[in-house]
Amino acid sequence: MHPAKSVIFFTTASGAGYGMMIVLALLASLGVLPREAGFGFATFGLAFALTVAGLLSSTLHLGRPERAWRAMSQWRSSWLSREGLAAVIAFVPLGLFAIAWSFNLVASSPAVVMGIVGAAVSLVTLYCTAMIYASLRPVPAWFNGWTVAGYLVLGPMNGAVILAFLLEAFDADQAAAITRLLALVLLMIGLGVKLAYWRRIHTSAPVSTAGSATGLGHLGRVEMTGSPHDNDNYLLREMGFRIARKHADKLRRISVWTGFVIPMLVMVDGLVFPFEPLTLPITVLGLIACQVGVATERWLFFAEAKHAVTLYYGEQAV
Amino acid sequence: MTSLPETTGKKLGLVVDLDICVGCHACAVNCKEWNAGAKSAPLTDYDPYGKKPDGVWFNRVHTYETTDEAGRGQTVHFPRSCLHCEDAPCVTVCPTGASYKREDDGIVLVNEDICIGCKLCSWACPYGAREHDENQGVMKKCTLCVDKIYNENLPEESRVPACVSTCPAGARSFGDLGDPDSEVSRLVAARGGYDLMPEQLTKPVNKYLPPRPRQDGREGAKAPRMLDHVDETTDGAGLIARWVDKLLS
Repeated sequence: MHPAKSVIFFTTASGAGYGMMIVLALLASLGVLPREAGFGFATFGLAFALTVAGLLSSTLHLGRPERAWRAMSQWRSSWLSREGLAAVIAFVPLGLFAIAWSFNLVASSPAVVMGIVGAAVSLVTLYCTAMIYASLRPVPAWFNGWTVAGYLVLGPMNGAVILAFLLEAFDADQAAAITRLLALVLLMIGLGVKLAYWRRIHTSAPVSTAGSATGLGHLGRVEMTGSPHDNDNYLLREMGFRIARKHADKLRRISVWTGFVIPMLVMVDGLVFPFEPLTLPITVLGLIACQVGVATERWLFFAEAKHAVTLYYGEQAV
Repeated sequence: MTSLPETTGKKLGLVVDLDICVGCHACAVNCKEWNAGAKSAPLTDYDPYGKKPDGVWFNRVHTYETTDEAGRGQTVHFPRSCLHCEDAPCVTVCPTGASYKREDDGIVLVNEDICIGCKLCSWACPYGAREHDENQGVMKKCTLCVDKIYNENLPEESRVPACVSTCPAGARSFGDLGDPDSEVSRLVAARGGYDLMPEQLTKPVNKYLPPRPRQDGREGAKAPRMLDHVDETTDGAGLIARWVDKLLS
């Protein structure tokens, strides 16, 4: 599948944004989240900025962006529609939570309730995003539970890594420690999920073949000798993306190291040596590494996924 | 609503006979011709007279070669278009309701006025039936010539999809595949018509008829006599040829 930059940015950025909100609600419910305007402005502001930027970018890959609002009408059947709806609905409780918490408008418990509701809708949004891919039978690499697990874990994981930095910067020691621990656990789960995902897509039996696509399998091996067109068409550009095997291996290693292992080490460093002069710059490095790793993972998620239509164009099995 | 109808009155579709198709691409060309001026018009082309022409087509003709274990090959021309599936995944994924399956005849269509061009339907289709029009920013697909098959201004024999009426070999048939007594259903039953990628659980309406087995000289089937370049006998040769043969041997 063609790895469109807008979609990679969208799922990475809005995943991190909703993930931050989920962790913020968790910290608020534990009573360790600072209640001050400056901190609220930086953390909630960044979370909203990431989410909104991601959602705007997702509309950029539409052929008719001005009609994007129509995408919220078919929630009965379409995961994309459900995602759009959940993504927008989440802003109501999250916005109330952010304002009420940061500006000390109400007692903490109603604000926490708003936060928990917002976190729940954020998780639903991430689940809907995952199901857009996990419900596509023609792409066997996506059509499985590991896809859902990946989206559900990587969003909050990335959100926790970003928040660990912000909490360190605002000297919120208790919240920073809890967030680091949470990030560490999510990084380990995330790495496990991605390794399981990669093993699955490289070892599972093919679902469809050139033989079943043409129905000519009983005649032997099926090979295309004549293409309907001389140049790439929409199908080949969108669904026929090919990736060199050696690059895939290399990119997978880059993703494992930058997205998971380095941030893990950074979180451990922060837990062992909190508020040392070097801890903040090291946390920044971990944060940047994590973005590179998650974006690489997302790129591979598209580039490695084979679509059944390629069977008509020379691919033997998907 | 992009939920699929429980059942459709008719199941209009095509039957493609791979034994007859000669791979002339006339179906694809006439499809383009009709639809460039019909419901989905314009059927956009990019760089049509340039070095890399490309464009939106609803019908694409591939050519495959099969090779069995004994190394015997067979060439099969294979037209590929929308199969108007009963469980069309392209319809249910549509977030706007632009993609729909008609309750009365089962034709899968796109309402281009509300399509946002998210391309998800083309991802959901295993058969590559949908192509995005990059100029108009909407998705396009085979309409089964919905503006031709019901057109009362045309003589009745012309009320079939353009690909069917143009096929010079008679490899394409059109009809109601939901009616077991229809001509197309009987053809499918008689020839062992099959679904493409049944494992994708789309329940295609269109059916393909397999190429008939080749004659290979076994099982009493007659292959043509092999001619040797040097003939040892003079049987059937004329008087002069026999005289020359006698003189030379």
